[in-house]
Amino acid sequence: MTATPAQALLLASMLFALGLLGVLVRRNLLFMLMSIEIMLNAAALAFVAAGMRWHAADGQVMFMMILALAAAEAAVGLAILLRLHAAGRPTLDADTGNRLKG
Amino acid sequence: MLALLPPLIVLCPLAAATILLLSAGRMPPPAARVLAAGAVGLAAALTLWLAVLFLSAPPPTYRLDVVLWHWMRVGGFDARIAFTLDPLSLVMMLVVTGVGFLIHLYACGYMRGDPDVARFFACMTLFVAAMLVLVLSSDLLCLYIGWEGVGLCSYLLIGFWYAEAANGAAARKAFIVTRIGDAALLCGLLLLATRIGGLDIATLLQPGHLGGGPVAEAAAALLLGGALAKSAQVPFQVWLPDAMAGPTPVSALIHAATMVTAGVYLIARLHPLFLAAPTVMAATAVLGLVTLLLAAGSALAQTDIKRILAFSTISQLGYMFLALGTGAWGAAIFHLVTHAIFKALLFMAAGAVILRVHHQQDIFRMGGLGRAMPGVFAAFAAGAAALAGLPLVTAGFYSKEAILQQAWHAAPLLWAGALLGAFLTALYISRCLLIVFLGPVRTAPTGRTEASMAIPLAGLSVLALTGGLIEMPNAIAPVHLLFRLLAPVLGPPTAEDAEGGAGLLLAGALAPLAGIAVAWGLWRPRAGAIAPADDGLARGARAGWGFDAIYGLLLVRPFLALGWLNRRDLFDRVPDLLAAATRWGARLLGRMQDGRVRRYAGWIAAGTVAALCLAVRP
Repeated sequence: MTATPAQALLLASMLFALGLLGVLVRRNLLFMLMSIEIMLNAAALAFVAAGMRWHAADGQVMFMMILALAAAEAAVGLAILLRLHAAGRPTLDADTGNRLKG
Repeated sequence: MLALLPPLIVLCPLAAATILLLSAGRMPPPAARVLAAGAVGLAAALTLWLAVLFLSAPPPTYRLDVVLWHWMRVGGFDARIAFTLDPLSLVMMLVVTGVGFLIHLYACGYMRGDPDVARFFACMTLFVAAMLVLVLSSDLLCLYIGWEGVGLCSYLLIGFWYAEAANGAAARKAFIVTRIGDAALLCGLLLLATRIGGLDIATLLQPGHLGGGPVAEAAAALLLGGALAKSAQVPFQVWLPDAMAGPTPVSALIHAATMVTAGVYLIARLHPLFLAAPTVMAATAVLGLVTLLLAAGSALAQTDIKRILAFSTISQLGYMFLALGTGAWGAAIFHLVTHAIFKALLFMAAGAVILRVHHQQDIFRMGGLGRAMPGVFAAFAAGAAALAGLPLVTAGFYSKEAILQQAWHAAPLLWAGALLGAFLTALYISRCLLIVFLGPVRTAPTGRTEASMAIPLAGLSVLALTGGLIEMPNAIAPVHLLFRLLAPVLGPPTAEDAEGGAGLLLAGALAPLAGIAVAWGLWRPRAGAIAPADDGLARGARAGWGFDAIYGLLLVRPFLALGWLNRRDLFDRVPDLLAAATRWGARLLGRMQDGRVRRYAGWIAAGTVAALCLAVRP
């Protein structure tokens, strides 16, 4: 049995909502980054579903691009986390980062 | 060539004014003097050339239209910046540039030593340009530009010495009082524009275009309101005596020779409109007569030499309005020309006196100046004789005679009033002359009157004595140069103009002589102190018959009270409310910017969801 585009879209939106919820409620920067990964993948899934619906390869092309984007985003995000750690920040709590100059 | 000259003549003083204004006071005074007097002198020379060209080969209908550009064209309403050259505007141009040049020359000497001479000459040349636009424009809207321009320059120059509060107050008073008339004039223009669909003077005056009836009456009455305020006639005369706060050349140029005669010019230019409104004509004549008698009475009691001349100007303008009201357009313009000459002369002679006696203006502190300054004395005497209308030898006699004749034919009562005015005129100017120049010396004069001031005095003296010879009653000599020149604009001289009963002439000649004789009896030089009369009548006359007090009580005080009531500025509260609401909203929204990334993300998510809901709404 193959999934219909509607089902795939439903799954994508659920994943997106979960990811968004994670970004909003988690205070740990690492987990926020992971939630963003989930949201990106939900969007990629929506592209694939749409490509299936219109029988076009564009959706899968976009999926490959989002994969690369997600990798880059993870690399940059983790690099920022390491820099923060190296600068002597004792915590990963995002709410403490609301001031300029550390 | 003919079409090129009028714009060029306007451009000369305008360019000088622009340069002087842009120099922002950095131009050295000698350069400013040369530039201003040179520009106006060039305009005068070009006007003279224009007059020669125009008179030697006049255009077929004695009018030449020069359209410079179309200002606006809206739904059939077409306003043009255009000049019309015809005999009337030519005569006015000759007066404005000719007398204007002599006054600029005089001002070069008079304003020597004033640090702000560039600003002074900037306003003066701007005034000349605006006045030329006023007399040349062929469209009432264009005329209105000049009308407001001269009013602005008048304001700037009355308040020229702004460091003294009284001068600023006088300037504001002049501006506000004339502004009332300007508003009436503007309403009249709007009425004409809506009824006729344009403000071109030639179309406006085509016979039968406006017809008679209440509209013509209303339009004429509104235009008359503007003319009355500009020409300082009852009930608007209160601003002119105070306007003497300005430098004397300003009084001579603006408040005697040119700007105050703009009202006379306006009515003469639009005379078919006034002919269609007999009630307004009658009102013009009566107001003119009332003005000339009241102002002559006031002049008789003044002690300040410039205020005497100011009231005299009001009174002489009253003569012109009387002439306009009786339909004697030519006589009004004739008196305008001679008055511009002799009143400018009187003001400049008075200015020369004032400079020599250390800015003393009270005639009762002068005296015996004739021996110390015989030249100025001669000039003042020539001007005074022309003002009084000394028979046969002065310009004022002929122009006043023309008005008196016409008044007799309109209504003998008007004639009698005007004759009384002529008597009073001779009386007050003889009083001034006798007290200032004869008798014992009270303030010793110093210095010399320099050449740049003496030359205009001499030139205008000659004109004041002989200028009337261009137009004489038939009983003396059938010379009608001016009326014949103006005939294409103002209509051919009527039989009454030329008729001139010898009896009327004799009465008109005897009145000023009687005035001079009475003045000699009252104020002839004698030993002992001399003091102004101080009874109730004299005090009333000196105060201008209490018009200022009445206006103060009826208009100024209630207005000030209203201003006091509204001192918190009720209407300012509305924008204030708006500002407060904005400030509160900003404070509320500002709380959201607390730097917590998760909240931002939440708001972004909420906004996206809301936008999506809106977008996919069935």
